[in-house]
Amino acid sequence: MSAVIENHHDDHHHGPAKGLTRWLYTTNHKDIGTLYLWFSFAMFLIGGAMALVIRAELFQPGMQIVEPEFYNQMITLHGLIMIFGGVMPAFVGLANWLVPMMIGAPDMALPRMNNLSFWILPFAFFILLSSLFMEGGAPNFGWTFYAPLSTTYAPPSVTFFIFSVHIMGASSIMGAINVVVTIMNMRAPGVTLMKMPLFVWSWLITAYLLIAVMPVLAGAVTMMLMDIHFGTSFFNAAGGGDPVLFQHIFWFFGHPEVYIMILPAFGIVSHIIETFSRKQLFGYSSMVWAMLSIAILSFVVWAHHMFTVGLPLAAELFFMWATMLIAVPTGVKVFNWVATMFKGSLTFETPMLFAIAFVVLFTIGGLSGLMLAIVPADFQYHDTYFVVAHFHYVLVPGAIFSIMAAVYYWIPKWSGNMYDERLGKLHFWLSFIGVNVTFFPQHFIGLAGMPRRYPDYALQFADWNMVSSVGAFLFGVSQILFLFIVLKTVMGGKKATDQVWEGARGLEWTVASPAPYHTFTTPPKVD
Amino acid sequence: MSAQTYYVPEQSRFPIFMAVSLFLVVMGASSTINNLDNPDSNSSYILYAGLASLFTTMFFWFRQVIKEHLAGLDSNQLKTSYVYGMAWFIFSEVMFFAAFFGALFYVRTFAVPWLSGEGENGVGISALGLWEGFESSWPVITTPDKGAEYALAEKSMAWPGWGHALEWLPLWNTIVLLSSSVTVHFAHIGLKNGDRKKFNRFLGITVGLALIFVGLQAAEYYEAYAHYGLTLNSGIYGSTFFMLTGFHGFHVMMGGFMLAVMLARSVFAGHFEDHDHFGFEAASWYWHFVDVVWVMLFLFVYIL
Repeated sequence: MSAVIENHHDDHHHGPAKGLTRWLYTTNHKDIGTLYLWFSFAMFLIGGAMALVIRAELFQPGMQIVEPEFYNQMITLHGLIMIFGGVMPAFVGLANWLVPMMIGAPDMALPRMNNLSFWILPFAFFILLSSLFMEGGAPNFGWTFYAPLSTTYAPPSVTFFIFSVHIMGASSIMGAINVVVTIMNMRAPGVTLMKMPLFVWSWLITAYLLIAVMPVLAGAVTMMLMDIHFGTSFFNAAGGGDPVLFQHIFWFFGHPEVYIMILPAFGIVSHIIETFSRKQLFGYSSMVWAMLSIAILSFVVWAHHMFTVGLPLAAELFFMWATMLIAVPTGVKVFNWVATMFKGSLTFETPMLFAIAFVVLFTIGGLSGLMLAIVPADFQYHDTYFVVAHFHYVLVPGAIFSIMAAVYYWIPKWSGNMYDERLGKLHFWLSFIGVNVTFFPQHFIGLAGMPRRYPDYALQFADWNMVSSVGAFLFGVSQILFLFIVLKTVMGGKKATDQVWEGARGLEWTVASPAPYHTFTTPPKVD
Repeated sequence: MSAQTYYVPEQSRFPIFMAVSLFLVVMGASSTINNLDNPDSNSSYILYAGLASLFTTMFFWFRQVIKEHLAGLDSNQLKTSYVYGMAWFIFSEVMFFAAFFGALFYVRTFAVPWLSGEGENGVGISALGLWEGFESSWPVITTPDKGAEYALAEKSMAWPGWGHALEWLPLWNTIVLLSSSVTVHFAHIGLKNGDRKKFNRFLGITVGLALIFVGLQAAEYYEAYAHYGLTLNSGIYGSTFFMLTGFHGFHVMMGGFMLAVMLARSVFAGHFEDHDHFGFEAASWYWHFVDVVWVMLFLFVYIL
């Protein structure tokens, strides 16, 4: 997007307030973006520590380190924390930092609500984590909290879990409304819909998905609450309900949720590949239409998570074909990224390395997803480590790599300093090797029949589990390096230019580095 | 494009107060519910403190927004943000009800017939000898376990036939709520024409109708519990009936409260102009939304 900027320097450019109140009372999209990003990193470390507990227990067959009950709490909290505390807030943080700057807006549309959306989260996760210390322990029914495990057989802390999901949902809905309103109402003159940067497009679509499905999740946990404490029978056949109803409602939320965690990644990767290929992105409008198609299809594929519960044959066929259809727009995107790189003058800075790894490894996750979509094959794969390998391939080298790529790509704009390229590359290679060593072997043990969510396993799975655990610790430890790199960059380093990257295009690269506390108090002119 | 710049408030204490209030509310609610059969529990005080602080914060937050608006800080663009924001909030509410309607349609179309042995899934259930003698019907009065775990109701709230139509409360509730949508529209027209008297009168009537609706609903619940034996514990019919009508009733109270606040603002503070009254419009949109949900309820919960 080429832009001619008239940078009006207003007289009243207030800087940030001093002290702690800056963060508590702030209405500034950059402050709030920073809060979201640090919060998600903290959750990433906590959820990651839980993952390491899991992998340490699975290092060898037999029970070594934890009790099976505690193991169940770890797998549950690991999933919930990484999804709701790690990936989602990281993307919201990126949206906060970038969307207003990319569309030439002075801030988010509803700045105070923006602050509220963030500050709900620390409380929600405090409640969730405090359940570890409650009688009966933390939720132990898996992040999908299927009834009746999460109703009839749940520990008392499930009530706290339900209410913390309620306020997390409120936070997500408010955040999403803010993003939609900002994009629909705050674009600078000239930034038409089909000129919007792809990250903005990806977030517009993501926000629609959030507003549509977070209330459904609220409905699901409310029905759980009523079944547990107030005698209703939504998920109990004795009263005429059905535990499978829970799965339908949950996955009606859950499948769009999966795309909520990947669409912003698509946007990020498109920007980075375009910049480091020094070429215009191939197929901009097909990228937009592909994301829209994926979002719409995400509402009609939910039962592919439930092929083994005994759905009618017609439903299994419908959900199989609908799921496979998603491969078409996803393929369009992958080919567009490859075509963008084709004959570009490529350089391989850290963000580009993460972005290319994203394209390759996300595609592996996508293809194993296609395998899982095939009903008769899924009967074999269901609830095995193959599924675990599949969704970790789309979430870790997918969503999380894209977040790391985004941090490396935009941190010079945020902090005004360049990160250490050598350390960045080291972090990339350690993460890349760690992720593949962790998750690739899980395909094998899954196909060989190892079920997920068990703390112990048969001897024939021992070798690959040991490899997987070694990889997990490598990946985990290399994230400390990431923390170090980010802190080092924030505290100092080579000064970044305004454009930062030679091939970077878009409004955010036209303002100073670090970006002033208030940008675009009067809208820029965009041709 | 408006010549004004977009108003970005500098700093605000409201959000963090609100977040703390929500924290107290959910902590209080969780521990209260977990201690329902423990009379010595004091957790409900946390809940009450949270609710009090939540309402106080909301009061001062909204007051601040109104003050800023009256001070002329809101550009047209900011007003558009409020309009879009409200519209998307209502959409999220639609999706919340969709979860409960979805549950209703699912149990009526699939779960209940299967439990009685119908269809390809039902064959398996009856082959296992589960729930023998359970007959599929809607409303489900006799639960599959024949009252072993769930209490059996004597009667449902369904359409009683033309002979008893006039003693049937849901019909009166429908009339009350549909008329209130009309009166709130009349109030809007009055406001647009600068006729404050008409606005206040019709808005007052609307709030009155909201109160009547809530009263009738309470009467219906009393009848269900006291005379029909229909409770939350009477199986899937009671579950869907009370959750759908209950959440709707709760939304009627919220919407009615919003309209009452708008009425108070107009009567006591003289707020709203013929061209500038989005606060009222937002509340009236919400009211129409509540009305549409009722029409769906009337059709799918009561009549069909």
